[in-house]
Amino acid sequence: MTDAEGRKQHIQNLLQKAERLHQNLDGSFSDRLVSSIYKEATAIARSSVIESGNRRAGWDVYFDRIATHPVTGFPLMFLILAAIFWITIEGANYPSQLIARGLFWFEGWAAGLFFQLGAPPWLTGFLWHGVWRGLAWVVSVMLPPMAIFFPLFTILEDFGYLPRVAFNMDALFRRVGAHGKQALTMAMGFGCNAAGVISTRIIDSPRERLIAIITNNFVPCNGRWPTLIMMATIFIAAPFPAGVGSLVAAASLMAVTLFGVFMTLVVSFGLSKTLLKGTPSVFTLELPPYRKPRILQTLYTSLIDRTIFVLWRAIIMAAPAGAVIWILGNTHIGGLPLSNHIANALDPLGRLIGLDGVVLLAYIIAIPANEIVIPTIIMAYSQASMMIELDSLEALRHLLVDQHGWTIVTAISLMLFSLLHNPCSTTILTIWKETRSAKWTAVATFLPLTIAFIVNFLFVQIVLFFM
Amino acid sequence: MPITLAELDRGQRAHIVELRLHGLERRRLMDLGFTPGTEVEVAMKAASGDPIAFVVRNTQIALRKQQAENIIVEPIS
Amino acid sequence: MAGCQCAQATTCSSHGNLIRLGVNIRDFDYLIALAGNPNTGKTTLFNALSGLRQHTGNWPGKTVVRSEGAFRHNGYKYKVVDLPGTYSLLSTSEDEEIARDFILFGNPDCVVVVVDATALERNLNLVLQVLEITDRVVVALNLMDEAERKGMFVDARKLAKELGVPVVPMVAREGKGTDHLLQTVQDLVTGNLRTQPRRIELDPHIEEAVQQLLPHLKNLYPNLSNHRWLAMRLLEGDPSIRRAILTDSLAQTESPLAPQKEEDMSELEAALEV
Ligand SMILES: Nc1nc2c(ncn2[C@@H]2O[C@H](COP(=O)(O)OP(=O)(O)O)[C@@H](O)[C@H]2O)c(=O)[nH]1
Ligand SMILES: [Mg+2]
Repeated sequence: MTDAEGRKQHIQNLLQKAERLHQNLDGSFSDRLVSSIYKEATAIARSSVIESGNRRAGWDVYFDRIATHPVTGFPLMFLILAAIFWITIEGANYPSQLIARGLFWFEGWAAGLFFQLGAPPWLTGFLWHGVWRGLAWVVSVMLPPMAIFFPLFTILEDFGYLPRVAFNMDALFRRVGAHGKQALTMAMGFGCNAAGVISTRIIDSPRERLIAIITNNFVPCNGRWPTLIMMATIFIAAPFPAGVGSLVAAASLMAVTLFGVFMTLVVSFGLSKTLLKGTPSVFTLELPPYRKPRILQTLYTSLIDRTIFVLWRAIIMAAPAGAVIWILGNTHIGGLPLSNHIANALDPLGRLIGLDGVVLLAYIIAIPANEIVIPTIIMAYSQASMMIELDSLEALRHLLVDQHGWTIVTAISLMLFSLLHNPCSTTILTIWKETRSAKWTAVATFLPLTIAFIVNFLFVQIVLFFM
Repeated sequence: MPITLAELDRGQRAHIVELRLHGLERRRLMDLGFTPGTEVEVAMKAASGDPIAFVVRNTQIALRKQQAENIIVEPIS
Repeated sequence: MAGCQCAQATTCSSHGNLIRLGVNIRDFDYLIALAGNPNTGKTTLFNALSGLRQHTGNWPGKTVVRSEGAFRHNGYKYKVVDLPGTYSLLSTSEDEEIARDFILFGNPDCVVVVVDATALERNLNLVLQVLEITDRVVVALNLMDEAERKGMFVDARKLAKELGVPVVPMVAREGKGTDHLLQTVQDLVTGNLRTQPRRIELDPHIEEAVQQLLPHLKNLYPNLSNHRWLAMRLLEGDPSIRRAILTDSLAQTESPLAPQKEEDMSELEAALEV
């Protein structure tokens, strides 16, 4: 007998013996083990804790009562979220204008310089009125809100409020056959859906985890906030006076977010009744004590890590998107630019869901990063009239409303589509890596897209019916 | 008289007698400290009484009612 | 600070010899793993040591992937691994599995178990389990400030005596106790300090069964140090351990239970922990 065979034999013996002993312990093994460990832990803690105090004392307990109270729990949640939206919009307004002004001034200056240097007009057009303009929009629209929203959210997280949200929301998730911790993964999705998908690892049951992965998309991520905020401010809030306007904008963001939560619940319910049938698994959630958030630290990390990271992603994506748009716009077939051909082909489908061909084209180009949807739309629209001044929200409104016929219905359709459509390519890749399943990755990609088309179509039909 | 953990009111305390749960569910709860003999207190109940948060070994842990209904306790009066 | 063993409280927060190296983790001398219950300050400590900025958050489950960093202290270079929080090594969800596998098969030179001083009993449940697996353990008794505020006091020396491993009181968020911790870790990894970890006093039935399996395991895996724990897992009927023994992959790879997961995730992990 060789060494290897001997070893194999030995392993067999070991496993057989273990199996026999396992049987003899008649299933009480783990109970006994856990009990003996805890007995020991209790004894050690008794002897080394000199003053035992009370971990749950003082205002924590009272705040917890309010935060999880059947009557006050949910209103407090809405109030906090609405307040964050409102502060974000109100606070971002002025800095956004300032940044936009600076960047667009630079566009004019650089274009002028290129003209003086005798650079070919196509280069100036591509570089400054194309790519730079797209970038300028990304930066001025995204940076201020992100720089306000993320720190506020992180402070809330540091304080310890999120588990209370999960506690309150669990009743809803239970009714749709999902896990209460899904609320936590959704909170992570606010920052980035890919991160939200990874965070679903806290859910033990594969069934409930898949539900959380597939529905994470219905939480608007940072790439989609700019689209939502822009539509909310320049369309929905526009008719109102300035002070009321930001309240209206915040309310409409709130409405979109709540609709996302509603869709999450509906789709979770649908999944747990069809593809992912099963019974609820064990739910345990620790509610840690509240802690004083470190404000400065939070400001610093969320500014550097989240805001700059997100912005950087947008910037490196915006340049190639600008290039694609430019190439499509300057490759002529039969006298018309390629982009027009594509947009025209997509147009009927776009109209069906309250949008148009250009928006759909932008969404295709923006699959790698939702951040660049609006810049891509702007680049595509303004290609025909590259020279128009587009240095303020007013000018943007003019471009969209007067030149391309957008209405408040278009704006709401865009918000709905932005909320519901397929996840970005990074998120899709993450879903693949987490599930290792082509099937579930496909479901997570195409289910939201289908839902987006259906919801948008219904919305347009309802509007048509009443108008 | 033994009752289930779900029947306790907020602020009430009890000793765990038995867990009528199996497999991973039983395991998870025991790992969190819900072992027989341990004292628990009801800290909070959500709307419709589900989930329920308990204080066990100085930490606050929420369970669903359906699980609490399977934990037999002896109330401390 | 209550319970700080430094001569003066103020010296606790100085880290004279600590050089943070971020993600530059090549050619390290020693490997340290940070384990512990969720929400005890592992990531906070990890950031303080490595100078990285992994996200922390006041809720259990914030960290679900393991991140790695490096630092230099007293001339030694350390690689430090921040593990997802876990209540126990016995039942496992995916994030907890990452922690368990690393402690078991990652061959750390030292496992720092970060514990919450305000919930000692629950935290000791994990500490005792880790002590079954390895004797190279240092307990970081964190959140001492919170304990003090809540009128609790933990005697770190007594606790160390009970556990048979060093216990270092800390306030990770303020960097207090870091120096003391690093010195202790250094003493441990360089062999200046020997631990005598407390073993769980098992129920006699279980103890007897464990004793029957031990000789086989020692014989088959002379290089592993956690035979007792393996025996207990076998008695429990843990399928992943059975499989690993059956395919004889226990002693070979870093993580025989989850062979490919780690490679796959590393790149995204770095970019996406928001
Ligand atoms: N008061 C206090 N809070 C701390 C301390 N260490 C960490 N924290 C906070 O505890 C929470 C959890 O910390 P984190 O490092 O994410 O824990 P992890 O889950 O173990 O990685 C965060 O809100 C930290 O700011 C400390 O020493 N004192
Ligand atoms: Mg962590």
